[in-house]
Amino acid sequence: MDPRRGPLAVPKVRRVGFFTSIEPSPETPRPNRSLSGPAEAITSSSPLSDSPSGQFISPVQIPPSRHHSDNLASRAAPVPVPGPSAFRRQLANDRTLHVGSYNPVDSLLGTSPPSSNGEVSEDSGSLFGFQRSDSAKLSASFPNGGFNMTVAVRAPRESEAKVAIASTSDGRKKNVEASGESESVSTKPRKEKETKSLKEKTSKAERRAIQEAQRAAKAAAKGEGSKRAGESSRPKPSKPAKQPQPKKEAPQVTSSVSEKRAVSVEKERRMDVPQTQMQYDDKSRVDKAKRRSVVEQTESKNKVELFLHLPQYERGNQLPNLSSNIFTLDTIHHAVYKVGLQHLAGDIAGDNARCIAMLHAFQEAINDYTTPPMKDLTMDLTAKINGYVSFLIECRPLSMSMGNAIRFLKNQIRKLPVDLSEPEAKASLCSEIGRFIDEKILLADKVIVQHAVTKIRDGEVLLAYGFSCVVEMILLYAHEIGRKFRVVIVDSRPNLEGQKLLRRLVTRGLDCTYTHINAVSYIMGEVTRVFLGASSIFSNGTLYSQVGTACVAMVANAFSVPVIVCCEAYKFHERVLLDSICSNELGDPDAIANVPLRNNKKHSKTMDNNKNLQFLNLMYDSTPAEYISMIVTDYGMIPPTSIPVIVREYRREDLLL
Amino acid sequence: MPDVQSTVLEFVNKLRKRKIEGSQATAKCTVELLRSVISQQRVPHSNQASALIDAVKAVGEQLVAANPVELAVGNVVRRVLHIIREEDLSLATAAMAGLDLLDASDDDGEDDNCKVVGYSAMSAAVAAAAARSTLRPPSLQTLLEGTPESAAVPYTSSSGADSESKSKSADKSSITRKLKHDVIEGVNHLILEISGCHEQIAEQAIEHIHQNEVILTLGSSRTVLEFLCAAKEKKRSFRVFVAEGAPRYQGHLLAKELVARGLQTTVITDSAVFAMISRVNMVIIGAHAVMANGGVIGPVGVNMAALAAKKHAVPFVVLAGSHKLCPLYPHNPEVLLNELRSPSELLDFGEVSDCLDFGAGSGSPLLQVVNPTFDYVPPSLVSLFITDTGGHNPSYMYRLIADYYSADDLVM
Repeated sequence: MDPRRGPLAVPKVRRVGFFTSIEPSPETPRPNRSLSGPAEAITSSSPLSDSPSGQFISPVQIPPSRHHSDNLASRAAPVPVPGPSAFRRQLANDRTLHVGSYNPVDSLLGTSPPSSNGEVSEDSGSLFGFQRSDSAKLSASFPNGGFNMTVAVRAPRESEAKVAIASTSDGRKKNVEASGESESVSTKPRKEKETKSLKEKTSKAERRAIQEAQRAAKAAAKGEGSKRAGESSRPKPSKPAKQPQPKKEAPQVTSSVSEKRAVSVEKERRMDVPQTQMQYDDKSRVDKAKRRSVVEQTESKNKVELFLHLPQYERGNQLPNLSSNIFTLDTIHHAVYKVGLQHLAGDIAGDNARCIAMLHAFQEAINDYTTPPMKDLTMDLTAKINGYVSFLIECRPLSMSMGNAIRFLKNQIRKLPVDLSEPEAKASLCSEIGRFIDEKILLADKVIVQHAVTKIRDGEVLLAYGFSCVVEMILLYAHEIGRKFRVVIVDSRPNLEGQKLLRRLVTRGLDCTYTHINAVSYIMGEVTRVFLGASSIFSNGTLYSQVGTACVAMVANAFSVPVIVCCEAYKFHERVLLDSICSNELGDPDAIANVPLRNNKKHSKTMDNNKNLQFLNLMYDSTPAEYISMIVTDYGMIPPTSIPVIVREYRREDLLL
Repeated sequence: MPDVQSTVLEFVNKLRKRKIEGSQATAKCTVELLRSVISQQRVPHSNQASALIDAVKAVGEQLVAANPVELAVGNVVRRVLHIIREEDLSLATAAMAGLDLLDASDDDGEDDNCKVVGYSAMSAAVAAAAARSTLRPPSLQTLLEGTPESAAVPYTSSSGADSESKSKSADKSSITRKLKHDVIEGVNHLILEISGCHEQIAEQAIEHIHQNEVILTLGSSRTVLEFLCAAKEKKRSFRVFVAEGAPRYQGHLLAKELVARGLQTTVITDSAVFAMISRVNMVIIGAHAVMANGGVIGPVGVNMAALAAKKHAVPFVVLAGSHKLCPLYPHNPEVLLNELRSPSELLDFGEVSDCLDFGAGSGSPLLQVVNPTFDYVPPSLVSLFITDTGGHNPSYMYRLIADYYSADDLVM
């Protein structure tokens, strides 16, 4: 947009909290936006007030001004998309300039401002609401009013989406709906404040506005790009495919159509939003699900009453049947099928591995996909993916991170430009998936390792629980760079994943101590730091991880040993969780029943039939935030209280919209 | 004598090799052994009590040295010593009372008796009172008897038993056999108490377990088993979660027993203790030993459960027979009162031998495997002790312990 944009684009990672200066590139003076201190807010407001101004002096297109009392229904009313081509072109120029300054590392990390375009947060929504309703006023108050207009370009689309969500009462769309509601609630006060004194409290809104402006600029640019698809090359695939309208929307819509469209968008959303875990004590739904299911499960005879809401199936009997079906099935792509079986058999364990395997399978499936005649690629592919996902769920309940990845994929599908040809769309999707794997998982791990290794000093005794590939990478890297330390590996039945870690560390020459979780309070006295992996971290700071993690964290807390959790940001989830009962996964009970007891081998056999004896194999547990000293994530090192900030600031932009 | 010596050696060997498991079994064996030691001990005419004490102490030292972690051995030895002292004292007072008043009342009439004796036969009574004050808990009565007691301080400090036996070496022939007999009676009583502590504890179950309760336990303890079954027999229906207690899997044994008795039992992994504790109403464990400060030594993993219970405000109840009450105060019990078992229970050597680098002369081994047997729970995490004498607070344990042991025997 203007020279100031240059520095804006530079920072590699928007970091939150404490971070180490391991990145060679100096942090630009750009204020850290996530920690919205008042000082920063003020400084950040200054570029805003003039940065769009230089650019958008062109005739201002103001969307029809609205009352701020607009309710949700009236917002569903059509909003014509303003788009004089001159303006667009200018935006396009802006974009190209922007792309020119685009640093590949940025996109890889996925957190740089340029790629922050896809954000849908309640704040942006509410801001948007106020701008729409008051844009006239505002544009008067800003001498240039340009950025309002750029927002306006984007307005209709977003409003529709929002309305679609807000107007639905479907309880499953918690987050999005919540944002819709909060939009309607927060619009008014904020607007009043804004109009009263812009210098006072506007900073946050303005920061968002700048983001909004960038986003709109990109949207417009891409809109133009897609308009001129023939001549201009497609936007870089490594960027979140940003695109002004979901396919069926023509840029100019009339009011009568838009309501219907809102409905369809809503439908799309509903399909997209990850289903809440099915409650397996709900008989009718279970039956329904069973009729659809590919995997034949027999319910285990001896269910644990406390966990009736979770699937409790017999293990080991589905696999032969399923693997024989592999060539006859036509509904499930073979790659997905294979991954499903691997999940079922436990060949792939670990959240990252499972997620990557699933994404690769989807990539393959998308490559082989052809749109059936008379069908829309977006709709059909989404339905297909939904089918795959439910198959995977049948094989093994999805982890939170997989849910996030699926959400990402569906959003990518929905954002596909209409006029993209099928091969192009497929290529775009596949590259998006590849980008997700690269930057959200692999690169994130590297960043985490870089951060975490600064917390390892010579002579320390580190405790690792179970197996976590990030923790393994950290320990190995610290060893590589010559730190002298000792590792205590705590393991637990029945998976004994710690032995895997033990083997790998011992082979590399690390000094290891191995013990069982029961002995953790014996060994904790000599430990100086605890490193834990995570399956997910919820927005109340609860760590959801391999069962036993909570025990280790608790004992560490009792011994005043700092607990450091290493978790990629894509695993953060906006759900909240209090205990380990409501949301969990049950493993194979036989794994517990089979005990390497020397004297009585027939123990489990004779007891199997007894109604009174159950074996409960919990897979996860939740660690309260108070036990966690620090979370190392790809955005830096943060306290658990900052999880909701990360979720809100960074995740929506990539996943939603 | 030689056959006693050989049984002692045999038992010492068993203890060394950890052939005897469980504090109750150990306690029983110990007390039976001591009984045979006492019965075969030839008692001299003078000083028979101290002779018995010496004999028991000698054996006891061997036994304790054989397995210092099994605190029940030391406890039982101290109990037996205490019995000898007490019987000796009661004989002494009875003899003296018989001398003076011809009132051969049994010693339990104690305090009036004592007073009368104190006025009539001053020196002997002083000795008796002094000895008594070392044995008995300080009651208001003994506190009020300030003057004679202070006079008797030199006696007490030297040795109560010696002074008494000296004072009445006259009529030994009648007493000699009686003392031994009484001591053996007392020891028999102790045996009964040890073997019957389960029932005593289990009787209280009904007061602590209500309908639909969810109880978590870990390790395998006969006391816990009996406790739960007693509640079950009283028609209470409740559910039990049993942590399996890797790597020894004692929990599986307990679960098997519980199921056989018709209790609804769920076996969970040890790592799931924290996850499940939020749905548990009470944690009940059997102690390996209870220290004088109210700390508990229990099966490995107990501390974790206690911490989790504390965090969720779940009552943490410890069942302990009186033979598990140890009069010592622990210092660094996690390490000093612990025992490391074979690594092979955790890790098969063959599994990792290929990646161990034996040739590298770094000196220290790269891989250690830690497999402790016990865990220490500090008293702050314990809500209640249930012993065969009733329920007690952790802070009261030192006082309870003072009833069972005499102060002279604390250091053996």
